[in-house]
Amino acid sequence: MSVARSWRHQVQRYNLIGTSCNSCGKYFYPPRTMCPGCRRDGEIVSYKFKGTGEIVTYTVIHTAAEGFEHQTPYVLGIVKLDEGPSLTSQIIVDPTDIYMGMRVRPVFRKLGDSGEKGIICYGTKFVPE
Amino acid sequence: MRDVAIIGVKTTRFGEMWGRSFRDIIVEAGVGALEDSGVSGDDIGSMFVGNMSGGQFVEQEHIGALIADYSGLSEGFHVPSTRVEAACASGGLALRQGISAVASGQDDIVVAAGVEKMTDVSSGSASTALAAAADREWEGMMGATFPALYAMIARMHMHRYGTTSEQLAQVAVKNHHNGAMNPIAQYRTPITVETVLNSIMVADPLHIFDCSPITDGAAAVILAPADIAHEYTDTPIYIRGSGQASDTLALHDRRDITTLDATVFAARRAFDMAGMTVDDIDLVEVHDCFTIAEICAIEDIGFAAKGEGGKLTEEGETAIGGKIPVNTSGGLKSCGHPVGATGIKQVVEITHQLRGEAGKRQVDGAEVGMAHNVGGSGATAVVHILSRER
Ligand SMILES: [Zn+2]
Repeated sequence: MSVARSWRHQVQRYNLIGTSCNSCGKYFYPPRTMCPGCRRDGEIVSYKFKGTGEIVTYTVIHTAAEGFEHQTPYVLGIVKLDEGPSLTSQIIVDPTDIYMGMRVRPVFRKLGDSGEKGIICYGTKFVPE
Repeated sequence: MRDVAIIGVKTTRFGEMWGRSFRDIIVEAGVGALEDSGVSGDDIGSMFVGNMSGGQFVEQEHIGALIADYSGLSEGFHVPSTRVEAACASGGLALRQGISAVASGQDDIVVAAGVEKMTDVSSGSASTALAAAADREWEGMMGATFPALYAMIARMHMHRYGTTSEQLAQVAVKNHHNGAMNPIAQYRTPITVETVLNSIMVADPLHIFDCSPITDGAAAVILAPADIAHEYTDTPIYIRGSGQASDTLALHDRRDITTLDATVFAARRAFDMAGMTVDDIDLVEVHDCFTIAEICAIEDIGFAAKGEGGKLTEEGETAIGGKIPVNTSGGLKSCGHPVGATGIKQVVEITHQLRGEAGKRQVDGAEVGMAHNVGGSGATAVVHILSRER
């Protein structure tokens, strides 16, 4: 991932900052600049999520994506935040301990790097609450 | 709008073809389809080619022009050629564009094709290229792979409906059984439920035998206005329905993790256009990029109630001879999955079946068939209904 592309979303990735729509009250993470319900009638503002939520579904990855090989096996899950939206994240937990509905909270972690000389990307992962 | 018919088809061998290039295989498919139809290159009005990622797989873009050039169609009439991309649904979408071109009266004879050459890069690079069909910023960057996304669908399906790993395995067993009878299939070896369950885990609960492979291959069909189709062939196959729908790019934004709403809407649109229901369909090729995907597909199209797809498979109703034969070609699982070509290959298989020339795989009395092609984890779906009757 290029420096600009990683840097652009640093604030959102580091602090779980998404958006919400003042017109309908919906929350968005990952952030959206267009509310799917209100479209041009929506009023999008920045919103910092509490960060707590629960596991909707998950998997234990044994064959990693490129750049994640040294992390296997790792747990990937869909987390539904308490404000409503869902996101995809790694869950730092023993693969045998995770279950659907498990409460989780965010932590700041390294997400990955682009090789020896590349940049290191940081962001949010989740741990049991 | 004019009715449209398929008058010629061809699929290349699917597999790891290290001796053959991207342009070799697409030309083979195109020429084969033209020979099958009896159409001359001079009659072609336009071409639409599905290709997901020439840029990442062979570092080649401008695929439309390349194919026109190497098919000998960029001189003389300078045939317009358009590359169509919707990840793994690129082929189905190329067909839909071709149908529109004929139906609208823009062109008479149209080539709809698909091609992918995936084995010129390492399997790691191929997986990275495929992951671009998901949300790179908010799924890929977190370490998601395609098997992982479908594994999360499978986990939820199992939790909610009691679908079992054995039922998932039975999808693979059935598709390998069919693929073993298909001369173009990548894997022509029958397998057992134990083969699947004892294979390595890729993303729990999906084993490697729950996943479709990385494949080289190309396929093409020739379209014509239904009114003149009999000038070219005794057995034109008519396009009765065509539907397409979109959904959120990322799995985590879906209304329901176990339902592909894009499939639901695309199928409904195709049924509405054809004036048909699931009861009219004699066989279907569905997008089984993973075993769970076939189970979701047969539920979302309506062959089984939600949650009953595993059971329908277990009871043998999706096998040849069952209530609704699914993936007689071997599906993506056994026939192979050259992503841009898959949507066209499905339609070629349905055409062979409806013409009654599918050999050992033949479904007796097949009159109406369906093809269902999905992009990514379900952000695009394309459904076509084909029939012997106009
Ligand atoms: Zn809104």
